[in-house]
Amino acid sequence: MILGASTFVEGVDNAFILILAFSFFFLIAITGLIIYFIWRYNNKRNPKATQIKDSISLELTWTIIPIFLVLGMFYYGYVGWIPMKRPPEEGLKVTANARMWSFSFQYENGRTSDKLYVPVDSAVIIRLNALDVLHSFYIPAFRVKEDMVPGLTNNRTWFEATKTGTYNLFCTEYCGLQHSYMLSEVVVMEKEEFKIWYEDTTAVAAVAPEGANMALLGRQLLQSKGCIACHSLDGRDLVGPTYKDAWGTMVNVVTDGQSRQVTYDDEYVIRSIYEPDYDIHEGYRPGQMLSYEGELSDQDIEMIIEFLKTLAP
Amino acid sequence: MSETNTTNQHVSFLKYQGKYKGLLGWILSTDHKRVGLLYLYTMLVFFSTAAILGLLMKLELIAPGMTIMGPQTYNAMFTVHGIIMIFIIVVPGLPAVFGNFFLPLMIGAKDVAFPRLNLLSWWVYVIGILTVLSSQFIGGWPDTGWTFYAPYSFRTPVNILPALFGAFILGFSSILTGINFIVTMHRMRCPGMTWFKMPLFPWTLYATAWIQVLATPVIGITLLLTVMERVMGVGIFNPAMGGDPILYQHLFWIYSHPAVYIMILPGMGVISEILPVFSRKRIYGYKAIVLSSLAIAFVGYFVWGHHMFTSGMSGRALYAFSFLTFLVAIPSAIKVFNWVSTMYKGSLNLQTPFYWAVSFIFVFMIGGLTGLVLGSLATNVHVHDTHFVVAHFHFIVFGGTGFSFMAALHYWFPKMFGRMYDRTWANTGWVIFFSGFLTLYLPMFYLGILGMPRRYYDYLPEFHGGNIISSLGAIAMIAGILIVFVNLIRSSRHGEKVTEKNPWGGRTLEWQTDTPPTLENWETEPTVTEQPYEYK
Ligand code: HEC
Ligand SMILES: [Cu+2]
Ligand SMILES: [Cu+2]
Repeated sequence: MILGASTFVEGVDNAFILILAFSFFFLIAITGLIIYFIWRYNNKRNPKATQIKDSISLELTWTIIPIFLVLGMFYYGYVGWIPMKRPPEEGLKVTANARMWSFSFQYENGRTSDKLYVPVDSAVIIRLNALDVLHSFYIPAFRVKEDMVPGLTNNRTWFEATKTGTYNLFCTEYCGLQHSYMLSEVVVMEKEEFKIWYEDTTAVAAVAPEGANMALLGRQLLQSKGCIACHSLDGRDLVGPTYKDAWGTMVNVVTDGQSRQVTYDDEYVIRSIYEPDYDIHEGYRPGQMLSYEGELSDQDIEMIIEFLKTLAP
Repeated sequence: MSETNTTNQHVSFLKYQGKYKGLLGWILSTDHKRVGLLYLYTMLVFFSTAAILGLLMKLELIAPGMTIMGPQTYNAMFTVHGIIMIFIIVVPGLPAVFGNFFLPLMIGAKDVAFPRLNLLSWWVYVIGILTVLSSQFIGGWPDTGWTFYAPYSFRTPVNILPALFGAFILGFSSILTGINFIVTMHRMRCPGMTWFKMPLFPWTLYATAWIQVLATPVIGITLLLTVMERVMGVGIFNPAMGGDPILYQHLFWIYSHPAVYIMILPGMGVISEILPVFSRKRIYGYKAIVLSSLAIAFVGYFVWGHHMFTSGMSGRALYAFSFLTFLVAIPSAIKVFNWVSTMYKGSLNLQTPFYWAVSFIFVFMIGGLTGLVLGSLATNVHVHDTHFVVAHFHFIVFGGTGFSFMAALHYWFPKMFGRMYDRTWANTGWVIFFSGFLTLYLPMFYLGILGMPRRYYDYLPEFHGGNIISSLGAIAMIAGILIVFVNLIRSSRHGEKVTEKNPWGGRTLEWQTDTPPTLENWETEPTVTEQPYEYK
C-alpha cells in the first residue's frame, strides 16, 4: 500500500486489503446491478412493472452471509491490532513530551532531542506524556497512533522499525492554533550508528563549540523547541508576543494582579522562560506558555538572548 | 382551530389567512406545514453559510502555506462549519422539515399531536442559533472543533460558552420535536392504518424520535458540565484540576454516535418512499426495512467507543466496540439489498428524485464500506483522525443525509408549493453536484491513507496533489448546489403550476390530498385498507 517500515505494517495492511477488496467487490457489484436495472427496466423498455412478493429466505440469506463476512473482517482487524497493545518488557525506553506545538524526546541516559532517533530492528517503547492539551502521536509509516492525554501517566505505545530512513511523525489530535505545524521526524538508524548517537554525551551538555555563532544557535533553539509557534520573528501577533523589536524595550506586565513596567532584559527573559506566569505581558493570557525548567539550560537561554539582541529595535 | 371559517378550509395552506397577516402569519402559525417550511427556509440560509465556509477552507488548502487566511481564521471556520452543519442542519434536518410537513399527511392526521409545542420547537431552534451566533460578539468565534474536546476547550483564549450554550438549546428543540412525533404516531394514525401499514418514512421518523428523546439529554448534560467547568472550575474534565479528559469523550460520543443515526435514518426513509414510486412497484422487504431501522436505532447506542480506539482508553471494551460496530453495518446493508431489489423488474420513471435517490445509494455504500475500515481495530489506528475520517463522514452525513434531503425536496416539491421545477436544470444541477461531490471527497480517502491528519491548516508538500483535486471538486460542487437552489427557489414562485393531486403516481396518503394541501389537510378523514406501496 503506502510506505511501511515497522513490524505492525503487515497486520494492519492485511486487514486493510481484505476490507478494501470486499468493499470494492460489493460496491462494483451493486452499482453494476443498479446501472443494469436502469437500462433494462426503464419505463420505455419495460412499460409494465412486475410485482414481486417478499421472500423471507432471501432476506435471511442477505442478513446471515454479511454477518459472517463482517466477523471475518473484525477478526483480521483484531489480529493486526493486538500486537500494538502488547509492548515487550525489554527495549529502548523513550519519553515523548508533547506541548503546544512541539514534540521533544527524552532518553533514559538524559539525552534529549526534538527528533525521535531509534535503532532499526529493536523494540522502542514510548511513554506518552502531554503537558497541556490532547495531542496524538502518529507515525504513518509505522501504522502507530495513540493519543497523548494530559494527566494520564501510564500511557504508552511501542514499535519496532524494520527499515532505516527518516519518517514523518504527526500530531493528529487537534490542539489549537499551530496544530498543523506540530510535526517531527523519526530517524531510524543502524544499531551501531544509533549507539554512537546515543552515547554522544557532549550533546547533553550542549556546549557550544568554540567560535560558534551564539545568536545562530539561539535561533535554531527557538525553532527546535517550538517557541516560534507562539512567538513570531517578524512582528506578527501569534499566541504570545513577537520577538521583533522587543529586546531592551519597556514592557507592560501584570504581576500578581498589579500592572507594572519592566525592561526586556536578561532577567526578564530568564524568568519568562522558567516561570512564564510570573509576569504576564499585558494583552496576553496566562497559562498558555509552560515552563521550560529542566528543558532549557542556562546556556541555552544565553544563546536565545544573543539572538533576541539581534532583533532589538 | 376555532377561528377558522369554512371558506378557509378550501384554501391552500400557503394562502390561508388566520389571525395574523404576512410574516407574523408564518412565524406564529402552528400549522405543521408552515412550521416545516419555516425550518426549511432557516436551514437554507445556514446551510449556504456553512457551505461557503467549507468552500473557503478548501480554497485555503489548494496550496501549502498560507493561501487566503491565517490559521486562527481557518480553525474558527472548521469549528463554525461543523457546529452549523451538525447541530443546525443535519441533526434537525429531515425530521424538522419533511417530518413536520409530511408526517401528519402520510398518516392521515390533521396536524401533529401538539401543534403549539411544534411551533415552540422552531422558536427554541432559532434562539439556539442566535446564541451560537452571538459568540462573534462575545469573545470571538470558537476554535475548538465541533467536538469541544477537553482540555483544549478550557485553554483556548476564545470564549466558547455561547457556542456550547447554543448547542445545548438546540438539543431542546430536538427533544421537543421527538416527543411530538412519537405521540403523533401513537395517537393520530387514521382509521385502518395499523403500525405495519404505516409508510416507511414515518417509521424511520419514529426510530429517530426515540433516539432524539433518549440520547439528546446526554449531550445536554455534557455541554452543561463543560460550561460549569469553564465558569466555575469544578474539575470534571480538566486534568489540570484533577479531571479526566477521556470521560468527556465518552459522554460526548454516547450522544454523538447515535446522533449519526438521527441524521441518516430519516434519509433512508425518504429513499424507501421514492424508490417504489419511481419503480411503479411495491417496496421489496417492507418489514425487513422497518426492523432494520429499529435495529440500527438500538445497536447504535452501543458503538460510541469506535471514536476512541486510540484515545488512551484502556481495556477489553475496545473489542466489543469494534465488534458491535461491524454488526451495526448489517441493517444498513439489508436496506441497500431491498432497495435494489425494489428496482428489479420495475418500470423505472427516470426523474430527478429518482436520480438523487440512486446516487444516494451509491454514496451511502461508499460511506458505509469505508466505515468498515474505521470499525476494524488495526486499520482504525492508521486512519483515525486523518482525512480518511473526514471523507467517510462527509459521505455518510452529506452524501447520506444531504442527497436524501435533495431527493425529498425534488420529490415533494410539487405538493409543497403547487408548482413544478424546471426538470432540465434540476438534472443538470444534480450531475454537476454529484461529480463535484465525488471529486471533492474521494481524494480525501487517499490523503488519509497517506497519513494527512485532519483539522489541518497547512500540510507537507507530499499531500499537495490530492488537495488540489479535492479543492477543484469543491468549486464544482458549490456550482451544482447553486444551480439546484436557484432552480428550486425560482420555481417555488414562478414554476409551472401543478393542481393534480398526484403528479408522480404515489400510493401514500400525502398524494391523495389537494396540491398544495389545505389548512386541515383533509376534507374527509382518509381511511386505509392496504399496505402503503401496493402497486397493481
Ligand atoms: C503555547 C504558546 C507558547 C510557546 C510554545 C512559547 N511561549 Fe513564550 N509566551 C507565550 C505567551 C502567551 C506569552 C505572554 C504571556 C506571559 O507573559 O506569560 C509568552 C511570553 C514569553 C516571554 C516574555 C515576552 C514578552 O514580550 O513579554 C518570553 C521571553 C518567552 N515567552 C519566551 C519563550 C521561549 C524561549 C519559548 C520556547 C522555548 C516560548 N516562549 C514558547 C506563549 C508561548
Ligand atoms: Cu495537534
Ligand atoms: Cu460513530
